Amino acid sequence: MSTATVAPPAWALKVEGLGRIYGDPSPESVPGTGPESGTVISPATGAVVAAWDVGFEVAPGEALGIIGESGSGKSTVMRCIAGDEDATTGTINLRGVGDGTVDVRTLDPSARRGLRLHQLSAVYQDPAAGLNLDVTAGGNIADPLTAVGWRHYGRIRERAASLLRRVEVPLDRMDDLVRTFSGGMRQRVQIAKALANDPPVLLLDEPTTGLDASVAAGVLDLLRELLEETGVAAVVVSHDFAVIDLLTRRVLVMQHGRVVESGLTDQLLEDPQHPYSQQLVAAARG
Amino acid sequence: MNDQLTARLAGPPPQPGIFDELSKREIRRAMLSGIAIPGYQVPFGSREMPVARGWGSGGLQATLSLVGEDSRLKVIDQGEDAGVNASNLRRLVVSHVGCEEETDTRHADIIQSRHRIPEQPLRDGQVLVLQVPGAEPLAGIVRDMDEQRRMHAEADYAKMWVRLYEDVVHNGLITAAAGYPVLVEGRYIMTPSPIPRWDVPKLDRSEAITVLSAGREKRIFAVPPHTSVVPLTFEDRPFEVEHTPGAACRLCGSADTYIVQEPAADGRFTTWVCSDTDFCRRRRTGDAPAPAQPVQGETA
Repeated sequence: MSTATVAPPAWALKVEGLGRIYGDPSPESVPGTGPESGTVISPATGAVVAAWDVGFEVAPGEALGIIGESGSGKSTVMRCIAGDEDATTGTINLRGVGDGTVDVRTLDPSARRGLRLHQLSAVYQDPAAGLNLDVTAGGNIADPLTAVGWRHYGRIRERAASLLRRVEVPLDRMDDLVRTFSGGMRQRVQIAKALANDPPVLLLDEPTTGLDASVAAGVLDLLRELLEETGVAAVVVSHDFAVIDLLTRRVLVMQHGRVVESGLTDQLLEDPQHPYSQQLVAAARG
Repeated sequence: MNDQLTARLAGPPPQPGIFDELSKREIRRAMLSGIAIPGYQVPFGSREMPVARGWGSGGLQATLSLVGEDSRLKVIDQGEDAGVNASNLRRLVVSHVGCEEETDTRHADIIQSRHRIPEQPLRDGQVLVLQVPGAEPLAGIVRDMDEQRRMHAEADYAKMWVRLYEDVVHNGLITAAAGYPVLVEGRYIMTPSPIPRWDVPKLDRSEAITVLSAGREKRIFAVPPHTSVVPLTFEDRPFEVEHTPGAACRLCGSADTYIVQEPAADGRFTTWVCSDTDFCRRRRTGDAPAPAQPVQGETA
């Protein structure tokens, strides 16, 4: 029966056929780009095909990695999902929006921005991209809370404190400007802010790349715990196989805007098939 | 052809003066738009006025567009009808239009003000014109004007609330004094003119029309009668108005009006007087309702 209600999908986030072209968006821009051609620049139109035909599903409680070198299109994919920029083609569905039947790209800009309140959060490499450095740690967390209607000062403080405690930011720093924080601590505040409204989908773009090794290890431990505890569906974008190995079960390898290989993270690390994956793994093994 | 059309639209031939009929009509249109969308800032083509921008040019244009020969006009600076700025603005309009000067709030049709709303509750049929130096409540929060407009359009006011949150964190209370941000009819955040907190509750469900006009920023906005105007505050931080325990007006003895400090002969500020001189005079002559209960410094 066509009118029967469809059960909600098993995935929390589904991306199909996602493409992002800078410049002429016509189909003529695509041939001659990609791994076989060794470039993202269209010989026909000069457009940059930053990502093309990218598709995946992420289930609740699952973390998917996207790995590739700079310029491979992995961050473009993430920004298209987050709504920071609009994809040229493809569909993006969230289970929380119409039980996955709605392509969020068809929403108007206001509704699309609204998804960032309840449906998905992003953590960026640069904390300044996700935080206001001239506001206190608590105030940065108050932002998403007040955006969804919190109007009780005491309860906002309680929620902010519990989130900061969770990401191991000392509570006596709660009322300090984030500008006075170290890089690792800023990143922890950004993670706390991203989790403020318990989003079902979390996007992490190079979350530890700007941090020195020991600090990065601490943030990675925290992220791994959070991913296990919260049941959030996560997409982790990184150029670093160590990060992907620690946080994710499945991984896509991107090169020149295309997915060249995908699979279980540990298998791919043991036995990479695509030459580019083999290069990446070899580089990670040092 | 166009000349004929504009001449017809302009109505009677322009009188010598400071403001033509077409301009008045544009401003009335902006006011009507503002009344239709309470709290929304309507752009308008602010004209040059014989007062500097920032000195009441917006309020003057609104008043000139509203007054007729039979209107009674009251202008106050702070709460005072006799202030230099108030007297000159009032004389300017009266000499231009030929309307009546008025100081008694009850009898005025139009009241132009910047810093105060009269103590006498306004009634149906009156228009309060407030001169607004800074129309945009989000100006100190985001700099990009496109972003300010987007935030208003989507009622995306989280950053305003973060500002209030930060204020409480750093100062223990919301420190905004004059021009306290308010939410109009549950939709737009608006900054009133620099009225004290004391006057903010008077905007809520007022019988009169409030027109706010910023000549320098070229925006007009309005609060129609019976419209909710709620000062922004947290549920557990009640909005409080100014109050000094024990202070009362030296002249009329009122403790339930907005009072300001006045220098004594030795230069020290020890005595208080009503800011609203018209209401103070009426209290002294027994022509005003007697004080009810002494206020507790808290309203909304």
